[in-house]
Amino acid sequence: MAKSTSNSKSSSSNGMQEPARRDFIVVATYAMGAVGAGAVAWPLIDQMNPAADTLALASTEVDVSKIAMGQAITVTWRGKPVFIRHRTPDEIARANAIDGAELRDPQEDEARVQRPELLVVVGVCTHLGCVPLGQKTGDVKGDYDGWFCPCHGSHYDTSGRIRRGPAPTNLEVPPYSFLSDNVIRIG
Amino acid sequence: MMSKFILTFLIAVMSAFGMPGAASAAGGGDVTLLKKDWTFSGIFGHYDKASMQRGFQVYLEVCAGCHSIEYMAFRNLADLGYDEAEIKAIAAEYEVQDGPDEDGEMFMRPARPADRMPSPYRNDNEARANNNGALPPDLSLIAKARAHGPDYLYSLLVGYEDAPSNLDVPEGMYYNNAYSGHLIAMPQPIYGDDVEYADGASTSTESLSADVTHFLMWAAEPKLEIRKRIGVAAVFFLSIFLVMSYMAKRRIWADVH
Amino acid sequence: MSAAKFSNPVVRWIDHRLPVFSMLDHTANEYPTPKNLNYMWNFGSLAGLSLVIMIVTGIVLAMSYTAHVDYAFESVERIMRDVNHGWLIRYIHMNTASFFFIVVYLHIFRGLYYGSYKAPRELLWILGVVIFLLMMATAFMGYVLPWGQMSFWGATVITNLFSAIPLVGESIVTFLWGGFSVDNPTLNRFFSLHYLMPFLIAGVVVLHIVALHRFGSNNPIGIDTKGKQDTISFHPYYTIKDIVGIALFLLLLAVAVFFFPNAMGHPDNYIPANPMQTPAHIVPEWYFLPFYAILRAVPDKLGGVLLMFGAIAILFILPWLDRSPVRSARFRPVFRIFFWLLFIDAIALGYLGGKPAEGIYVTLSRVATAWYFLHFLVILPMLSVFENTKPLPKSISEPVLATTVAAE
Repeated sequence: MAKSTSNSKSSSSNGMQEPARRDFIVVATYAMGAVGAGAVAWPLIDQMNPAADTLALASTEVDVSKIAMGQAITVTWRGKPVFIRHRTPDEIARANAIDGAELRDPQEDEARVQRPELLVVVGVCTHLGCVPLGQKTGDVKGDYDGWFCPCHGSHYDTSGRIRRGPAPTNLEVPPYSFLSDNVIRIG
Repeated sequence: MMSKFILTFLIAVMSAFGMPGAASAAGGGDVTLLKKDWTFSGIFGHYDKASMQRGFQVYLEVCAGCHSIEYMAFRNLADLGYDEAEIKAIAAEYEVQDGPDEDGEMFMRPARPADRMPSPYRNDNEARANNNGALPPDLSLIAKARAHGPDYLYSLLVGYEDAPSNLDVPEGMYYNNAYSGHLIAMPQPIYGDDVEYADGASTSTESLSADVTHFLMWAAEPKLEIRKRIGVAAVFFLSIFLVMSYMAKRRIWADVH
Repeated sequence: MSAAKFSNPVVRWIDHRLPVFSMLDHTANEYPTPKNLNYMWNFGSLAGLSLVIMIVTGIVLAMSYTAHVDYAFESVERIMRDVNHGWLIRYIHMNTASFFFIVVYLHIFRGLYYGSYKAPRELLWILGVVIFLLMMATAFMGYVLPWGQMSFWGATVITNLFSAIPLVGESIVTFLWGGFSVDNPTLNRFFSLHYLMPFLIAGVVVLHIVALHRFGSNNPIGIDTKGKQDTISFHPYYTIKDIVGIALFLLLLAVAVFFFPNAMGHPDNYIPANPMQTPAHIVPEWYFLPFYAILRAVPDKLGGVLLMFGAIAILFILPWLDRSPVRSARFRPVFRIFFWLLFIDAIALGYLGGKPAEGIYVTLSRVATAWYFLHFLVILPMLSVFENTKPLPKSISEPVLATTVAAE
């Protein structure tokens, strides 16, 4: 609005409006209108952010005591799968056998777990969001015995770190804490 | 002459249509409601947290046996001034159904803040069966679902009286001053001293009724405070905008004859 | 219209190939407007603003609304409680609907008073009535969406109007419902159509404006503009005047939204729909009450429905019922009296529509209904022949001040 005032040319029959049009009060009115319109825009945009009930559900509690060694379960957290794997000593050893600093996304295994036997990662490939295979016993687990994303061939190791394929970063470790020995809360 | 026209129109519309909807939902003109000065009325209206907490206690100890409040989640209690730990503790006293677990069974677990308040009955039929065939309405929106909501609720709660001698009150019905038709299926819920307040506030029938009404108004309109706060700012802004635009109009039109 | 009038070279380049800037300039800037329009001419732009507010808030609400009988009420409550600013957006949508009708009714009465429906603006008027009809359909279907008690029973009663049609009535109602009662299929199609129709309205609004600009606005003295001395450019004169109206409109809307958001609604709509129990006293939204009164005034089902639709249909032929060559009521002393009687009659019908259909209210509804049709079908044609109109001024600019004073 304010722009059109300053640019527009008078097409009226008498040419006396020019000084009045530039008047402070007129410009201020148009400016106020623009400010008001801007203020109204915010609620209309912000309504697309997660609602209060969605945010309230942003944590999930899981009893991890029932996961047998070598097994993994998938739980839902914020609508995404979270992989919880009870790793064997062999898997832990293999995750630690390599120098984390040399990887594409450098990270040591011990920085990714709170207890070495329990690996918790978000089961979403960091490439383009597919869910990698490797949870079920018969699944293809990739060349590093962790997870394998069938969409574009990313291979993750037993620490969920990216080892080969297009994914740029390791599987994300969600924030979680131990509520008791057996129960963790994700989120 | 035409500005008179607008004014006439608005006044006529307001008076013709403002009232019928309001009067009808209360069920007719045969009752007079008590008017109370609520802290939440008026343009600067706000809720009284202490009163709402007491009202919540009244709801739990008196109403919740029959009436659900299904749109209220435990997390909403933050509005009443409870902190996160208190809300967790309140929620944990309730069990909600969850599942299915690995075996396909539904199971009960303690409620969390994100859960809604569990209903006292599994469904409407069970509610009716336990209440002489009458369905106790859900209370989440009751303060908006009745005309003059808060005044009506308050009047209803304090409105139980002995029926006039010429009126035959059927079995399972009760006489109430504020209820349309005067015969209500809900027995008098509050007699005074039904609840023990930790803060030592009055527990007379009137005080308990006012507190629970306060709580129910919040349950129906939890955004009232922010709405009125923004409203004051918006009306202030638009008033200035109106004056400015009128001055700008006069300025621009000054040379039109 | 020449592209050379734009100083910005990019604008000039685009306008040469796609003359959108010229079109905008023509409709909202240089458009010559009679210089004597009063504030009654603000309601067109206010109606346009209302439509924009409704479409914007409606699109946003649809992002969180669920059109299913089991979830509709709950999803609306979620909007009111959990969605960020959802309460604000819904209250704006609810209250602007009412304000939209207030503005449009004033716009219509303005047209009636100043004879804006007369030649050569008959199509402009007819398009306006089409918009009004579309608005009513849109508002009705929108009111069903929250799936409260009034939603459900409003939908039931209004769709049952069509059962009055002989022979095929029942089949039509079943067709409208997509079942044997108002139910999930009904809710779904109403949502779909409620989303579609505002855009149809916007399309007819464009036609309405095209028709308006063909001969330009009517004006309070109702005589044609005779040249440049009678007109001023739309911008800045009428843009700023419209802004004054918009400011007042938004101020009143803000008061309603923030302090009395449910005053124009009905408490029963905060009770979830219950197909087993009709509320004791059901009334449509206030803006339908005059037509509702006409419906109930007739003790015959088909007759009532025909008369109700007739009350709107009659507006389509209004330009041919009022044949008086004088447009503005300022120069038609007898017409002016009858105009105000019609105005009172309309308000009375609205009042009676909100009252129970019993006793004196029925009689009054019949009188008011009869007067409504009498006004259009008998009084206006008679006035066209017998009324002695006052002498018209020669042009807008010359004696405009003198005549205004005389007329007030």
